[in-house]
Amino acid sequence: MTRRARLWVLAAGLLAVAALYAAACTQLPGFGGSWHPYGDRAVRAALQQRTANAVSSVNFDLRGFDTLGEESVLFASVLGTVVLLRRTRDEKRVPPEPVRVPAPLRRYGRLMLPVTLLIGLYVIAHGQLSPGGGFQGGVVAATSLHLLYIAVDYPALERFRPLGLYELADGAGEAAYVLLGAAGLIAGSAYLANVLPPGTFNTLSSGGTVPLLNAAVGIEVTSAVVVLLAHFLAQALEIEGEREEGRST
Amino acid sequence: MSLLPYLIAGWIFLAGIHGMATSRNLIHAVGCLAVTQSSTYVLLLSVGYRKGATAPVFADAPTSATVVDPVVQALALTDVVVGATVTALLLALVVQTAKRHGTVDPDELSGLKG
Amino acid sequence: MDDAVVVAALVLVAAAATAAVLQRDPARQAIVLSLLGLSLAALFTVLQAPDVGLAQLAVGSAVTPLMILLTVRKVRQRKGRPK
Repeated sequence: MTRRARLWVLAAGLLAVAALYAAACTQLPGFGGSWHPYGDRAVRAALQQRTANAVSSVNFDLRGFDTLGEESVLFASVLGTVVLLRRTRDEKRVPPEPVRVPAPLRRYGRLMLPVTLLIGLYVIAHGQLSPGGGFQGGVVAATSLHLLYIAVDYPALERFRPLGLYELADGAGEAAYVLLGAAGLIAGSAYLANVLPPGTFNTLSSGGTVPLLNAAVGIEVTSAVVVLLAHFLAQALEIEGEREEGRST
Repeated sequence: MSLLPYLIAGWIFLAGIHGMATSRNLIHAVGCLAVTQSSTYVLLLSVGYRKGATAPVFADAPTSATVVDPVVQALALTDVVVGATVTALLLALVVQTAKRHGTVDPDELSGLKG
Repeated sequence: MDDAVVVAALVLVAAAATAAVLQRDPARQAIVLSLLGLSLAALFTVLQAPDVGLAQLAVGSAVTPLMILLTVRKVRQRKGRPK
């Protein structure tokens, strides 16, 4: 098919989807309305389980099995990326040239790194109480490590980031989620059922299994993002094809 | 007003699809896919919004407070993070394509090469 | 008042998304995408979804654009190589 014909097919498809979608929108409940049957039930269930953050309750309690699926997608894509971006036989590692970082940037980066890491860990730990949790805090904690790359240089990041450990932690996070789910079976209930005592509302020890599953996800997401960025950084900065010898990049 | 958020979600979706279909660079196409993905978050959160309600977090609100729908938020939340790792997988495929075929223009990749 | 803020955030998101699609240079698109991530985070906060806003802020404004930029660098490194 020529490019022109393809564009016509695309235009027809887009117009048809637009028309059908617009028609479907008129049947949706109006924006900002008060009819939320699932939401109301989820909120009631969250309060019953004494989980202050209803979103975390949905993720790690009411729909814990669904989150297991999401986590497995995450795990699988990290695995796939690691396999695709590994160094092949005809490539070699060339350590990048050291770069001078301006002093103010270096100071600011060193100052912000512990602060950002702390915020990330705080967001993970308070997932059952305030907005946040393993998914968000994990990304924040993982990004904080990369301030080392911005503020110091690439070798410094490599020294403080034992990649093997993070790859291990990624698997451990996924395994912990699966095993915590099995705890429900051992306690004589369903898989991923919230079997622990719900604790005191609005304290760190509330929500039963929610904080534990949340922590497992936090570990997995943190290490997943670190591993992903590590492989992309290695590809962009270090790994060169054999035939590129002598080329400065 | 009551349809505007849904229509904007639709617009973002169609814009992203259009970008992917007409893209001449696979990296650009992956970026467009990220745009398309974000339209689903806009749609989900718009469906769950309730006028005058607060966030579904009771750490600093009375348990009797009217809140927006937490279910759609949970759906969007996990997908934001998982979507980023899928983007990473696609970008890794682009890197491999560039290595094997020396191009990232989908039009130049027409034939299958062994 | 609430309505006006929601509409403003929605228009901002729509504009950023359109700009991200129309920007054909992937390196520049990464920057527009991080702007889209920021405006989405603002929209989610206005829609009373701080959880999603936080995730979008961390992922959309930093991680995804960074990975795109690194891919661009890798791919450009290989371009111009004798075939």
